[in-house]
Amino acid sequence: MLVSTKWLNEYVNINGIKPEVLAEKITRSGIEVDSIIDRSHGMTNVVVGYVKECVKHPEADKLNICQVDVGDEVTQIICGAPNIAAGQKVIVARTGAILPGDFKIKKAKLRGEESNGMICSLQELGIEGKHVAKAYAEGIYVLPNDALVGADALPLLGLDDTILELDLTPNRSDALSMLGVAYEVAAILSQGIALPSINYKESNEKASDVLKLRVEATKDNPMYVAKVVKNVKIGESPLWLQNYLMAAGVRPHNNVVDITNYVLMEYGQPLHAFDYDRLKTGEIVVRHAIEGERITTLDDADRTLNTHNLVITNGEEPVALAGVMGGANSEVHEGTTTVVIESAYFAPSSVRQTSKEVGLRSDASTRFEKGVDPNRVQEAAERAAQLMAEIAGGEVLAGSVVFDELDKTPVQITVSPDYINNRLGMKISMDEMLTILERLRIPTQAINGKLVIDAPTRRQDLRIKEDIIEEIARMHGYDEIPKTLPVTESKPGGLTPYQAKRRIVRQFLEGAGLLQAITYSLTSKEQSQAYALETAPVTELLMPMSEDRAILRQSLIPHMLEAATYNVARRIDSVSIYETGSVFLGVEEDGLPREVEHVAAVLTGKWVDNAWQGETKKVDFFVLKGIIEGMMDRLGMSASLSFEQASLEGMHPGRTASILLNGENIGMVGQIHPTEQKKRDLKETYVMEINLEKVLSTNTDELLYVPVPRYPSMSRDIALVVSTDTSAGTLETIIRQAGGKLLKDVKLFDLYEGDNVEDGKKSIAFSLTYFDPERTLTDEEVVKAHDKVLNALTEADAQLRG
Amino acid sequence: MEKQLQQLKEEALVKIQEATSVKELNDVRVAYLGKKGPITDLLKGMGKLPAEERPKMGALVNVVRESVTESLEARMALLEEEAINAQLANEAIDVTLPGRPAPTGNHHPLTRVVEEIEDFFISMGYEIAEGPEVEKDYYNFEALNLPKGHPARDMQDSFYISEDVLLRTHTSPVQARTMEAKGGEAIKIICPGKVYRRDNDDATHSHQFTQIEGLVVGENIRMSDLKGTLDLFAKKMFGEEREIRLRPSFFPFTEPSVEMDISCFKCGGDGCNVCKKTGWIEILGAGMVHPNVLQMAGYDPTAVTGFAFGMGPERIAMLKYGVEDIRHFYTNDTRFISQFHRTEA
Repeated sequence: MLVSTKWLNEYVNINGIKPEVLAEKITRSGIEVDSIIDRSHGMTNVVVGYVKECVKHPEADKLNICQVDVGDEVTQIICGAPNIAAGQKVIVARTGAILPGDFKIKKAKLRGEESNGMICSLQELGIEGKHVAKAYAEGIYVLPNDALVGADALPLLGLDDTILELDLTPNRSDALSMLGVAYEVAAILSQGIALPSINYKESNEKASDVLKLRVEATKDNPMYVAKVVKNVKIGESPLWLQNYLMAAGVRPHNNVVDITNYVLMEYGQPLHAFDYDRLKTGEIVVRHAIEGERITTLDDADRTLNTHNLVITNGEEPVALAGVMGGANSEVHEGTTTVVIESAYFAPSSVRQTSKEVGLRSDASTRFEKGVDPNRVQEAAERAAQLMAEIAGGEVLAGSVVFDELDKTPVQITVSPDYINNRLGMKISMDEMLTILERLRIPTQAINGKLVIDAPTRRQDLRIKEDIIEEIARMHGYDEIPKTLPVTESKPGGLTPYQAKRRIVRQFLEGAGLLQAITYSLTSKEQSQAYALETAPVTELLMPMSEDRAILRQSLIPHMLEAATYNVARRIDSVSIYETGSVFLGVEEDGLPREVEHVAAVLTGKWVDNAWQGETKKVDFFVLKGIIEGMMDRLGMSASLSFEQASLEGMHPGRTASILLNGENIGMVGQIHPTEQKKRDLKETYVMEINLEKVLSTNTDELLYVPVPRYPSMSRDIALVVSTDTSAGTLETIIRQAGGKLLKDVKLFDLYEGDNVEDGKKSIAFSLTYFDPERTLTDEEVVKAHDKVLNALTEADAQLRG
Repeated sequence: MEKQLQQLKEEALVKIQEATSVKELNDVRVAYLGKKGPITDLLKGMGKLPAEERPKMGALVNVVRESVTESLEARMALLEEEAINAQLANEAIDVTLPGRPAPTGNHHPLTRVVEEIEDFFISMGYEIAEGPEVEKDYYNFEALNLPKGHPARDMQDSFYISEDVLLRTHTSPVQARTMEAKGGEAIKIICPGKVYRRDNDDATHSHQFTQIEGLVVGENIRMSDLKGTLDLFAKKMFGEEREIRLRPSFFPFTEPSVEMDISCFKCGGDGCNVCKKTGWIEILGAGMVHPNVLQMAGYDPTAVTGFAFGMGPERIAMLKYGVEDIRHFYTNDTRFISQFHRTEA
């Protein structure tokens, strides 16, 4: 909402208050002033000029040489506007003037002709083109004949004004009008308010004699007021009216349309003006549209309607889309003589639906959507009638044609000062509360120590006690509220075990050198199921904004790979990132997808990069596996963890493993498939993804101390030659099973394939540690245990090497 | 013999001084003081001396031996020191060469901000509540006093999955769910999480972003309690010298509703580009829980009251770290994320 302080001053005296100070007061008490716009833009030397003579420039087709009387002299100005003509009063920026955009006006020569200033369009004075009347949109602005030559043009154009741009919250639709803002400002300043006085002469003829009204859709249109004004003379509005409209961001059209817009801005009540003769039938019928019925609206768009769209008809065909936009067929035009003024209450939900459907949001629809003041529907029509009589020379027919089933009784709220103070934590006296409510012009009585309030219908946001608390608090000032802390049962706060372990997972991964990434949950159809750990239906948006963000992800990996590609493309060759986040699987009974928290990592490039010491190492499977093992160990789960060769889509068939926790599949780790790497412009890249929820909600054993060994352990090494497809894991299992309880640890320390080893075989070596916590082991005991291991290995076709 | 002894001593002392290594010196020791050395020989030959000369000679031999030993030890100490110095000189490294890097990962800046906020409220006795990102319209809107067709729904155009299911537009549904689950008990929670709105991604908008909301419900919870809590929070998060101010605002789920500004942490309130010359920075929205919200969750609004607040970690991170474009948080450029590895202040 754009509020002209000049216009506001007509209702409440704000003379002498700096706009910045006023804006701060308004902001602090409830309505945010987003910006303060000085319409003068600091302009000087802009005056009214009279074009005495205007001839074509001999050297340039599009230029005119004008002799302009600027009050103290007649000077020559070259003007290129198509609508310049002798005899016009125009806006002249004299030499030395500075126009918006730091545009300095200097003496100039145009094709050999001297020019001492510039004849201006409104745009050149900082008015947006869309707010300039169409007649002047492409050229200079022509002032009315009574403009005083040589006078400062800024006051004449209302540019000696400051606009406060209000950022209104949805509840304060009352401030979508100048009067609403006036009420607010008057309350803030403890000032009086001057409401428009409405009086005009009615003709003897009655409106009801010439116009019939029938409202069929009474629920969506509980009140309709029509007034008829005859003999209007359509023309340009007086400058003051046009100025106010432009200040409010509305383009002037003609006096009748401008008046409806002026009253809309003044009262917040949208009005519409029909050409009575174009209505043809002398009848207005408000009803819902017939399926497929059509209307051409004022913006020349042909619209097909539905049965829930409310329309104004002449009894035969739609003439307006109620509350949204008028129809072209009944539009007021140059030749209009009789006008029907419509002022109505259209149900907010109906207007909202229609305006959304047809994609039209107008000044009118935004106000109807929020609910206009039921008690100003009639008054706004009267105000428009008055102005049409005054400005357009119309004769207002007596009375109105009215349908009215609208409830206009105010909401009554009873609240005690204690209730208010207890909730604010303050001690405001009842007297002060009464004073505040009086300033706000909210009728209140003090009955039995309570405030009994009739909430004015202009303030639709006042419904319950808490609304009154807010009124009192904001007018009293939030700065006055003391600072206390809640007195509640004292309980320690904290993280749940799950949340605490999630933090540990993050810390571990970061300690291992991974950066935390956060990627988007929404993805494309192609990527939505890629790398998913389980197969489940996807969750799709009804109306995605783009194909790339249409479906909820089922794996974190695709977007993390995108992040890797992004970095690699910027010559960051080594990327180690992880993410924790939800994936969305299938649909549960309650209609929501199953959200499961996962952790994933992507590694590419170098893992160790210490070139000057000759230490560089590319990322490989075992780097990532080691991180997973470390993480699971940190969570106390290493004993339940195992890896199993796996073949998964999009993954390298020989370098991928499933991750198992107590034998249950919880994730995967491996290299992404080389074709996938190529597609994504990545070199060797490893990924892992684990169902974090499963891991973090699995309970681990208590942490109990194991006595530090008091007796020495003994170790024996074994070197084996086995077939290349025998996995190290299998051998380790054989060793552990055969070793008995004295075998404490098995460590693989060498692996070799190649020269000196038969084709199809590999050499593999383990170091075994034997230990008894109770005593020192004898050599014989170790030999006995170790022989069992050797036998078991031999039985499993492993060949012992000397 | 005395003369012989003196000569031996002179000879030994010269050899000692001539030794240039520990090994050479050891050879000298063995040569003169060893079991087969001349001094030992002399001592062995003492038996042949007349008895009256023996004590004198014995004493003399001992003096010579001590003198040689002393010289030897002194020389040994010197040579050892030289040897160590030589070794150390040999071992010298260029200490300006770069160190072997330790693995360094770190939190995403948003996690950093979120955890900082979480930790503050945990210290104040709050718990962390979490909930689904895909939510029922009921919890996201209706239970929060935003019935279907409510004008305030315009404020947050949403991603719907079906007529009744959408991506949550704030973390408030977690509050609604918590209240419903607690069945009338007192509540002190913080709800962090991802939220989604139908916005085109640009420098200041992101269709996915983060929110942290807080909720306190109980008997006699007052607006002053909200103000006191937020004041402590602002001081903890943005510095002890911060002041706060509340401005009236509107949220459907609170009444009264306020927005909280803090005095600018860059300029201290004098006005700068961070606070747009106002001296104040808008940080969060808050208010007293709307009676309808309490009622719908099964609380008696005449018996209990509550306050709620909500803020955006992206905004806080942007203000704190001077990040100019919200998209940085979701691009995952490692050159961006890795900047947030170190402590502040």
